[in-house]
Amino acid sequence: MIWALVLLLGCQLAGESVARLFAIPLPGPVLGMALMLLLLVVRPRIYEVVAPTGQTILANLSLLFVPAGVGVVAHLDTLGRYGIGLLAALVVSTVLALAAGVLTFRLVARAMGQGPDGGRAP
Amino acid sequence: MSDLTDLWIYLSAGPLLWLTATVLAYAIGDAAFRAAGRSPWVNPVLVAVALLSATLWSTGTPYQTYFGGAQFVHFLLGPATVALALPLWANRGLLRSAALPMVAALLVGSLVAMLSAVAVGWAFGLRGAVLLSLVPKSATSPVALGVSEVIGGLPTLTAALVILTGIIGAVVVTPLYNALGITDWRARGFATGVAAHGIGTARAFQVHETAGAFAGIGMGLNALLTALLAPLIARWLF
Repeated sequence: MIWALVLLLGCQLAGESVARLFAIPLPGPVLGMALMLLLLVVRPRIYEVVAPTGQTILANLSLLFVPAGVGVVAHLDTLGRYGIGLLAALVVSTVLALAAGVLTFRLVARAMGQGPDGGRAP
Repeated sequence: MSDLTDLWIYLSAGPLLWLTATVLAYAIGDAAFRAAGRSPWVNPVLVAVALLSATLWSTGTPYQTYFGGAQFVHFLLGPATVALALPLWANRGLLRSAALPMVAALLVGSLVAMLSAVAVGWAFGLRGAVLLSLVPKSATSPVALGVSEVIGGLPTLTAALVILTGIIGAVVVTPLYNALGITDWRARGFATGVAAHGIGTARAFQVHETAGAFAGIGMGLNALLTALLAPLIARWLF
């Protein structure tokens, strides 16, 4: 578990540093994810080291959004002023983006001969 | 009585109380989610946020005091994002065959999210900085905040819009995709990550491991695309 933490935090630290140094418009952790993927490609054995701790964190991913969620309530006055318009924009655009993304994925996958579950079409 | 007041003053000054409260509220939310048969309408994040907000409000605790304890949970978002490489690696066989569908779904999903949000906001009379704050709302928080600032939005408003987008996405995604008859977990996960970032990804992991892995990729790629496209869209619109 200790080495898993070293690798996870180390990748995040490296990602943050690269993003700052080269002014890359991506969050450090996203670059850290790319770096972790690179490590896994180069050294697949790392998977066994990081997986137990990493998967425990991912299994409880929802918990990590709670503090930011409580922060939304702290901004209720701003939201309240434009409430209806903002809420309508969020609901409509999220439903449309979810539907457009999934249908596009399936359209291209079907054109490539992939079946409804993602495998080869029967 | 004054002993209890002293205890409250002591506890409310340190991080322990609100850290415990955050984990406990989520445990209650998760128990409610399971008790409701894992129904998407009982979102554990939403339950926990409601419980904590009510507690903060009734005790007159400012958000800054709360965040002093909750920041330890919030910080784990970084290592968790790095850990998204694990399911990506484990699903690498599936990834190769999905490259083309992913690129297409990313472009369409990302553009529809930004343009439809602006169009609906405009129709409801939103203008200027408030309207611009909507543009990056489907990207993961750190990117969305940076983009909002660059294009002339209000970063604190964008922060709230990002979280609300994630919660809306997590609640509607399963009924929506079941109604559309989509059974491809790669497609379901990927489009969820593009439209509803980390909270959508967390929801995808609750439903299916492959969906979670693809949601993580969708979130990461849309962070990149939003950072590139949002400034162009903002300049084109205004």
